[in-house]
Amino acid sequence: MRQQKYTLGVLLLAVVGFAISSVQAKHETVPLPHLSKAIKGEECVEPNDTMRRNHMTYLMHQRDETVIEGIRGKKYSLQACIDCHATADPKIENGKMRTVKPFCAECHSYAAVKIDCFDCHNPSVPLEKTTNTFHEIITAHIRESGASK
Amino acid sequence: MTIDTKKRELLVKGAAVASMTIASGVMLIAPAIARKAGEAASDKVRWGLLIDSNKCDAGCDECVVACKTENGWKSHDRPSTDPQWIRKVNLRDKKTGATHSLPVMCQHCENPPCVDVCPTGASMQRADGVVLVNRHTCIGCRYCMLACPYKARSFVHEDVTGQKPHMPRGKGTVESCTLCVHRIDIGRTPACVEACSSKAGRSAITFGDLNNPSSNIAKELSRYVTTRLRSDLGLEPGVHYRGV
Amino acid sequence: MKQVLFTQIKGNSGSYWIYLTFLAAFILIGLNAAWYMEHNGHWVTGMNNQIVWGTPHVFAVFLIISASGALNIASISSVFGRNTYKPLARLSTLLALSLLAGGLMVLVLDLGRPDRLIVALTTHNFRSIFAWNIFLYNGFFLIVLVYLWVMLERRMNKYIKIIGVLALIWRLALTTGTGAIFGFIVARQAYDAAIMAPLFIAMSFSFGLAVFLLVLLFSYRSSDRILGDVVLQKLKKLLGIFVIAVLYFVLIQHLTNLYSAEHRVFEDFILRNGGIYTQIFWFGQIIIGSLIPLALFYHPKTGQNHNLIALATLMIIFGGFAQLYLIIIAGQAFPLTIFPGFEETSTFFDGVVASYTPSVPEFLLGLGGFAVSFFVISVALRALPFLPEKLADSDVDPNFVE
Repeated sequence: MRQQKYTLGVLLLAVVGFAISSVQAKHETVPLPHLSKAIKGEECVEPNDTMRRNHMTYLMHQRDETVIEGIRGKKYSLQACIDCHATADPKIENGKMRTVKPFCAECHSYAAVKIDCFDCHNPSVPLEKTTNTFHEIITAHIRESGASK
Repeated sequence: MTIDTKKRELLVKGAAVASMTIASGVMLIAPAIARKAGEAASDKVRWGLLIDSNKCDAGCDECVVACKTENGWKSHDRPSTDPQWIRKVNLRDKKTGATHSLPVMCQHCENPPCVDVCPTGASMQRADGVVLVNRHTCIGCRYCMLACPYKARSFVHEDVTGQKPHMPRGKGTVESCTLCVHRIDIGRTPACVEACSSKAGRSAITFGDLNNPSSNIAKELSRYVTTRLRSDLGLEPGVHYRGV
Repeated sequence: MKQVLFTQIKGNSGSYWIYLTFLAAFILIGLNAAWYMEHNGHWVTGMNNQIVWGTPHVFAVFLIISASGALNIASISSVFGRNTYKPLARLSTLLALSLLAGGLMVLVLDLGRPDRLIVALTTHNFRSIFAWNIFLYNGFFLIVLVYLWVMLERRMNKYIKIIGVLALIWRLALTTGTGAIFGFIVARQAYDAAIMAPLFIAMSFSFGLAVFLLVLLFSYRSSDRILGDVVLQKLKKLLGIFVIAVLYFVLIQHLTNLYSAEHRVFEDFILRNGGIYTQIFWFGQIIIGSLIPLALFYHPKTGQNHNLIALATLMIIFGGFAQLYLIIIAGQAFPLTIFPGFEETSTFFDGVVASYTPSVPEFLLGLGGFAVSFFVISVALRALPFLPEKLADSDVDPNFVE
C-alpha cells in the first residue's frame, strides 16, 4: 500500500514537472541563437541547413585530411571558416581582432554542446587579411570552387 | 684594347659566376615546390635537413629564436616544463676538452620509435617523411616522450593562448618540431633554415628532398660523408649532420 | 570432505562505517587532485619534460601488477588443483578486479587529456604495446568477472578450471605487456631489456600476494574470524619464494648490465653514485623490501608471529614501490646518450641527471587509487560472500572439495 502511494506520488511529480516545463517552453524563456553575418561572401560553402546539421562531420574529416595527409585549402578548411565568420567585436581585443568564438558559441551554448577547438586553435584573426597559411594558389582555388560565393 | 677585352671577359665571367651563385642560392632557399590545394603529401618525397654544425657556435641560437617566433612557443620561466622544439646542444670532449655546438630537434626518423609506441596513433609519420603529432587524437600519455632517443618532444604543461593561426597548440598534448609543414607545403623552407641563412648569415641548415638526387641536399650528402645521431639504433633519421 | 562456508562480513560496526568514510574521503581528495592537475596543466606537478611519468604512474603500475598477481591464488587452486587455496579463490578474484580498477583510474586521470579516453578506447595503433594493454586490461576485467561468477554460481562450478586457465594466460600476457611498456623502449639505458617482462611477472607474483595476504589478515582480524597457521604459513612461504624470484631477476639484470661497458655508467648511477636513487635501491628495494622480510619469514621465532608476518608483508609492498620508483623515475632521470663520449649541456637539460620531486597532487591521486580499490573490496565483502567463515587449522582439510 505504501509502495503504491510512493509510486503515485512520483508519477504526479513527473506530470507536474513536465507541465511546468512545457509551459515555460511556450514562453521561450531561453532565447534562440541569432548568428552574426559572415563578413565575406553571400553564402556558406553549403546551404545553411546542411551546414548546421553536418558541420561537425565536415570538420572531423577535414582535420584528418589536413594533418594526416597534408591536404590543405579544400572546401571545409577551418581557416576558411574562421576567415569568413570571424567578426570584430568592440568588447573583444578592443575591436582590433576579429574572432569566431562568439559565432560558434551562439549555437553551442544554446545546445549545451562543449567544443574544445579553441583550446588549441586561435579563434582570432587580424581585421583585414586571412591568415598567412595559404599561398595565393590556394586562396584562388577556394574562390574558384565557390567557397566564398 | 686588350685590357678592355680582358675586362669585358672578366665582367662576363664574373656575371656568369654571380648569376650561377645567385641561381643556386635561390634553389637553396626554395627547394620545396608548393603543393596545389587539395593535394596530399606524397611518399615520393622525403624531406630532410642537413646541418653543417661546423658553422655553428655556442653563442648563436637564431634557429631556436626563429622557431619560437614562427610557431608561437615560448618560455614561462619554468625551464623544466617549458616547451622546447629545437635547442642548441653544447658538446665537450671528455678527454680533450674540445667543444662543439649544434642544434637538435626532431630527427624525423624513417622508423620513428615515437610512432610505434603511441597508443592512439596520434604520433604519426606523414607520407613525405615528416613526423608529427596529430593533436586531435593525442591523449597526452607522454609515452612517445619516453621513447624518443633525442628528447625531441615536449609536453604542453599549461593553458595556451595567442597561438599562431597556422600552428594550433594546446594544453595536455605533446608537440615537437613539425619541419614547418605549414611553410614547406606552400613552397617555403622551415623557419630555422631561413633564419640561419638570412639572420645568422651562416646557412648551416639545408632543407630539401632526400629522394630527389638533383636536389641540393642530396648533392651535398653525396659529396661529403655526414653522420646521423644515434644511427646505431637503426631509426634512419632524416636529419644529417656534418661536423659531429 | 569439508564444505567451506562463505559468508559476508557483517559490516555494521561503527569502525566499518568510519573506515568507509575515510576511504571515500581519500577518493574525493584524489579526484580533486586529478582535477587540479588537469585544470591547471601539469606544470603544477613534479613531472616535467625530462621526467614525464612520475608518482601517479608508480602507484598505477603497482596497482595493476598487484591486480594481476593477486589472481595467483585463484589460479593455483583452479588450474593447478591445490585445494588448500580454494577457499581463498573468491577473495583473490575480488582483489584482482578492485586493484586493477584503482590502478587504471590513476593512470587515466593523469593523462594530459583525460577527456579523450574515448579516443584511447576506440582508436588503436597496434604497433603500440600500450594499445594492446588497453585490450588486455579490459579483457582482464571481463574474464575475472566471469571467473568470479562461475565460482559463485554452484551450477557453473564445472567451468572453473577452463576459465581459470584462460585467466592465467590472460594475466601473464597482461603483466608481460606491462613490463614490455618499458622493455620495448630502445632509447633509454634503463629499459630496452627483454628481462623487463619476466621481471614484471615475478614482481606481480610478489606484490600481488603481499597485498592479498595483508587484506586477508586485516579482514579476518576486523571481522573476528580465525585465520589458522596452515593457510597463513603456506601463503607466507609462497610469498617468500616470490620475493626470492624477484631478487633473482634483479640480480641477473644488474649483473648483465655491469658486465657491459656500455651500461656501466647507468649501473653506477643506480648502485653507487645516484644519490637518492642509490639509497632507494639499497635501503628501499633490497634491505627493507626483500632481505628483512625474508629474514622475518624464515626465522623460526618471527615466522610464526602474525603481526611480524603482516609487518614483513608491508615492507615487501614498500620495497615494491621503491623498485617501481627506480624503474620508472630513475630510468628517466638518467640522461639520454645522444652523443656517446661527450658531455652535453643545453637549455633542455641534456646530459644532466634530471631532477624530480614528487608533488602533493600526484601523491594524493595515487592514494586515491588505493582508496578506490579498498573501498570496492570493503563494500564487496559486505555485499557478497567472499570470505570463508573459518580458516582455522581444524577447518582446513587439504582434501576437501568445495
